[in-house]
Amino acid sequence: MKTETQNLNNANMARRAFLRYAGASTAVAGIVAMQACSKDNSAYEDDGSNSSGAIDVGSGDPGILNYAYALEQLEAAFYIQVVNSFSADFSAEERLLLTDIRDHEVAHREFFKAALGSGAIKGLTPDFSKIDFSSRASVLNTAKAFEDLGVAAYDGVASKIQNVDYLVIAGKIVSVEARHAAVISNLRSTGSFVDSDQVDADGLNITLGPTKVVATANTFLKTKISAKSFNF
Amino acid sequence: MNLFNVIENIEKIDPELGDRINPRRSAIRNMASFGSKVAVAALPFAFGTLLKKAYGQSLPTAIVDVLNYALTLEYLEAEFYNQGRAASGLIPASDKSNYFDKISRDENNHVAFLQKVLGSSATPKSAFTFDLTANGAFADVLSNYDTFLKVSVAFEDTGVRAYKGQVGAAKANADILTAAVSIHAVEARHAAIVRYVLNKKLNLGLKPWIVSTTTGNDTGIAAVNGNYEGEDNVSQAGVDITKLPATGTSASKASATAAFDEPLTKDAVLDLLVGSFIKLND
Repeated sequence: MKTETQNLNNANMARRAFLRYAGASTAVAGIVAMQACSKDNSAYEDDGSNSSGAIDVGSGDPGILNYAYALEQLEAAFYIQVVNSFSADFSAEERLLLTDIRDHEVAHREFFKAALGSGAIKGLTPDFSKIDFSSRASVLNTAKAFEDLGVAAYDGVASKIQNVDYLVIAGKIVSVEARHAAVISNLRSTGSFVDSDQVDADGLNITLGPTKVVATANTFLKTKISAKSFNF
Repeated sequence: MNLFNVIENIEKIDPELGDRINPRRSAIRNMASFGSKVAVAALPFAFGTLLKKAYGQSLPTAIVDVLNYALTLEYLEAEFYNQGRAASGLIPASDKSNYFDKISRDENNHVAFLQKVLGSSATPKSAFTFDLTANGAFADVLSNYDTFLKVSVAFEDTGVRAYKGQVGAAKANADILTAAVSIHAVEARHAAIVRYVLNKKLNLGLKPWIVSTTTGNDTGIAAVNGNYEGEDNVSQAGVDITKLPATGTSASKASATAAFDEPLTKDAVLDLLVGSFIKLND
């Protein structure tokens, strides 16, 4: 776990490194543009995380685990509601798949809660007012968004995880999220599971940094979250 | 792409990078001063070229090993799908267009990507001979669609496990790690889909995720038991998933094993593949 001093040192190092590569005479516009590129800077976007009462997931590995815990809470809550009020349009096979996915997301949520112990953020209240649970299309659209978001979020944050055991756990979960993402996407539209919004031209899954992930997650949360303490 | 993290992380494992790319530093400064969105958007490509030129044969050995190992697996997968798609009458037209054209595209892209990153350190495909029948264990793999699907499932699930087994080794380079976990997620997308397609065809009760009960292997294909060894683990970072508060059957062994995919070591994967699917040429 990082101490505050270490975090400060890291921040200073990052700044030094930045200055070293950018060069002292770099145009200000260049710095701004490149920082926006390199730091996934949240200062220019209103992602809901600056509103009062947003829950800061924290820093270091615990912060990343809480970030994952928040996403898993959101997914679990969503699928619980999907299964509790299945749209009549879902086939028996689709219901089995969605019920399995619900159970996996609950296991992920409970795992993070247990692993974080007293360091866990509180239970989040979702806001699913934009979702029509009686509509198969609405449910699958949302499920695809959540699953693709989850995969992109785990892959996007993996390189920031310090403890290799947690890194492996993230790997164990992200591949299951990717399995969900593929099946959900294919149910929504046959043959869709590695589309260009999911996989890039090199065959790599799309990744997303915390700013975009938090912004999307917050559109489905009454209790907003923030990753403002991530120092990357 | 996070340019500064890339440079920093490479410097961590290769302090001499600065010297090696020194003639190009002025190029970086010039790019930094453009200050337009266009220039920033172009940076990853410019840097990709820079990285390749700066490194060539001198990527750190540990990273080269991880990448060449991945490349070997991708050669096998690409070869498998290329031959499968070319085999007359093997894959039904709709499955080809919906699924296997795309999976094949991704695997060939993985080969090209890894070759690009490795540059002249890439092990050539000619170093290997691929036997898609695995010494006859899957003799009709290119003439019987059921067999093709079963081998596809085993390859994809094993690919997921293999990449996951390398995250510790790839961790030394943030950019390589991100690429590895991103390929890994795509292999998992493939795995889920080929399991789905196989189940649609044979109605085996096979799920898109690996549901382990008595053993790790849920495919019913005894020849690949080793590929699933350890998938029945329910303990994650000291937390027993079957003891957690449950909704539905989330604490059952079946669900707990499906909710977490397990890694395989490089040695285990190579033991499974080398000598059967992969032959090393002299």
